[in-house]
Amino acid sequence: MTSTGYATARELVSRTVVDVRYPPNNYTFDLLWVLYDRILAVTPQTAEHPHRDRLLLSKGHGPGAYYAVLAAKGFIPVEWLDDIASAESALGGHPDATRVPGVEISSGSLGHGLPIGVGQALGLRAQGITRPRVYVLIGDAELDEGSNHEAIAYAGAVGLDRLTVVVADNGSATHGWPGGIASRFAANGWTTATAGITDHDALTAALRADTPGRPHVVVATTNPTED
Amino acid sequence: MRTHPMKTADGTTAMRDVFIAETGRLLDEEPRTALVLADISAGHGRFADAAVKHPDRVVNVGIREQLMVGVAGGLALTGMRPVVHTYAPFLIERAFEQVKLDLGHQGVSAVLVTVGASYDWAEGGYTHFSPRDVALLDTIPGWRVVVPGHPDEVAGPLRDAVLGDEPVYIRLSLRRNATPQPVTDRLTVLREGSRAAVVAVGPMLDNTLAAVEGLDVTVAYTANVRPFDVTGLRMLGHDTIVVVEPYLAGTSDRVLRTALADRPHRLLSLGVTTADLHAFGTPDDHDRWHGLDPAGIRAAVGDFLH
Repeated sequence: MTSTGYATARELVSRTVVDVRYPPNNYTFDLLWVLYDRILAVTPQTAEHPHRDRLLLSKGHGPGAYYAVLAAKGFIPVEWLDDIASAESALGGHPDATRVPGVEISSGSLGHGLPIGVGQALGLRAQGITRPRVYVLIGDAELDEGSNHEAIAYAGAVGLDRLTVVVADNGSATHGWPGGIASRFAANGWTTATAGITDHDALTAALRADTPGRPHVVVATTNPTED
Repeated sequence: MRTHPMKTADGTTAMRDVFIAETGRLLDEEPRTALVLADISAGHGRFADAAVKHPDRVVNVGIREQLMVGVAGGLALTGMRPVVHTYAPFLIERAFEQVKLDLGHQGVSAVLVTVGASYDWAEGGYTHFSPRDVALLDTIPGWRVVVPGHPDEVAGPLRDAVLGDEPVYIRLSLRRNATPQPVTDRLTVLREGSRAAVVAVGPMLDNTLAAVEGLDVTVAYTANVRPFDVTGLRMLGHDTIVVVEPYLAGTSDRVLRTALADRPHRLLSLGVTTADLHAFGTPDDHDRWHGLDPAGIRAAVGDFLH
C-alpha cells in the first residue's frame, strides 16, 4: 500500500545522487518511508521536542533516500536535494545533524549509531521520558563493527525496551552472518522480527512487534526467503 | 602485585578518591549528572552506593569502552551531563574515534576523567601507560584539559566541569606534589628569577622545584593546561622558557611557540619520551628513565642554560 506522498517522495530520490557507488533508487527508501510515514512520532514541528521518537541513521552511506523522505515530510526544503554536497549545501555525502533539521546524529563512520542510541534510550529513561522510542538503522555489513556487539550485549542485558534496531539487510556483509542476523540479537535477549525491505505492511507489523522489558530488532531484508 | 593500580601505597587519599566522592555528591545534587563506567571503579564503595541511589544515572556498561563513550554521547544528546571514567589508555586511545565523533562532532560534550596517567601503575607496563592522551585531545577542537598536581586540586575543577557545558578532560594521577596549589585559569608564579621561566604542569612541580634549586629562574605552575594561559606566559617576561609536563614531551610545544611567535624565544619541552621501554618497576624508575627525576630535569635545564 502507498500513502499520500509516497510517489512524490520516491520521485525525489532521483534528485539525490550523492555517491556514485549507491544508486538513487536506494534500497532503504521504502524502509525509511514506512518509518517516517507510519511509525515515528516526529514531525518538523516536534523535531527538537524531548518527547519525539528518534531515528538514528547509523548507516550514513548513500543518504539520498533519507534526504528524500525528510524533504517529502517537510523537515527540509525540497530544493536542498538539487545540490547535495556542494560547498553551500547542508546535505553532505553523510548526514550532519548539526546542519540538517530532523537528522538526529552525524554519521558516516560505521558502528557509532547504536551505542549513541543506547545512550539516548538511557538518557530519556533517566529523565522519566517514557513514551518515545529510539530507532537505529544499521546495515548488515555495518554489523561487522565490534561496537555494535558491545551495544547489543549491553542493551539486552539491561532490557532496554525503548530501543529498536532496524537492520537493512541487503546481504552485503563480506563474511555473512551464518545462522542469521536476528540470532545475534536473540541470543542477547532481544525480541526479533523479519520483514521484506519493501513490504510496507510487513515492516509496519515487525516494527510494532516489540515487547516490554526487551529491546527489539527488525531485520529488513532484500531477500525475505533467506533469513 | 606489590602496588594497587589506583590506590596510594600509604593509604592516603588519592585523586581518584576525591573524584569518586565529589561525583557522588554531584549525582545527589544535580539531576542532569550521569556517570558512565566500564567496570573500572564501579566496585568502589561510593560509586556502588550511587548506583543503588541513582540506578538510571549510574551506567556501568561492562568492559566496553567504545560503548561507554557512545552512550555518553547519547546521554548528552538527551540533555544529560555525562561523566565518563576509566583508565586513560582505554578511554582516550582505544575509544578515540568515539571521543572524536560521538561527542564534539555531534555538537555535545562530556567530562572525561581518567586514572593511570603516563605510568602510575608501572608494574602493569606499557598497556596501562597513557603519555599521549593530552597530545591526542589536542588534535580535536575545544577540549579543556585539567592535570591536577594534588588530590586537593581535583574537586573544584570537577565540579566546574560537571556544572558547565564544555568538553573537559581531567587527568588524575597517583603522582602528586607535597602541597596543593590554588587551581586557577592562570599560571601561578611560585618564585622569580632572571635566567629563564620554568613552567611545571601538575604532578611535575615537586621534581621541578627540586631540580632548579639554586638556579636563578622563575618557576610557575599550572594544572589547567588547555586552554593554556598564554597571556600569563607572556607576562612572565622571559624569552627563555622551559616546560615540564607529566605526559609526552613536546605536547605543549605548538601552543607555547604560537603564543611566543612574535618575539625571539628559546623553548625546552621536557616530558615523557615515546620509547616503549618494555620495563616495569616504579613510577620513580620511569621518571628517571625519561629524564623527569630531579637529576634528569636539572641536567636538561643546565644544558639549556649552558
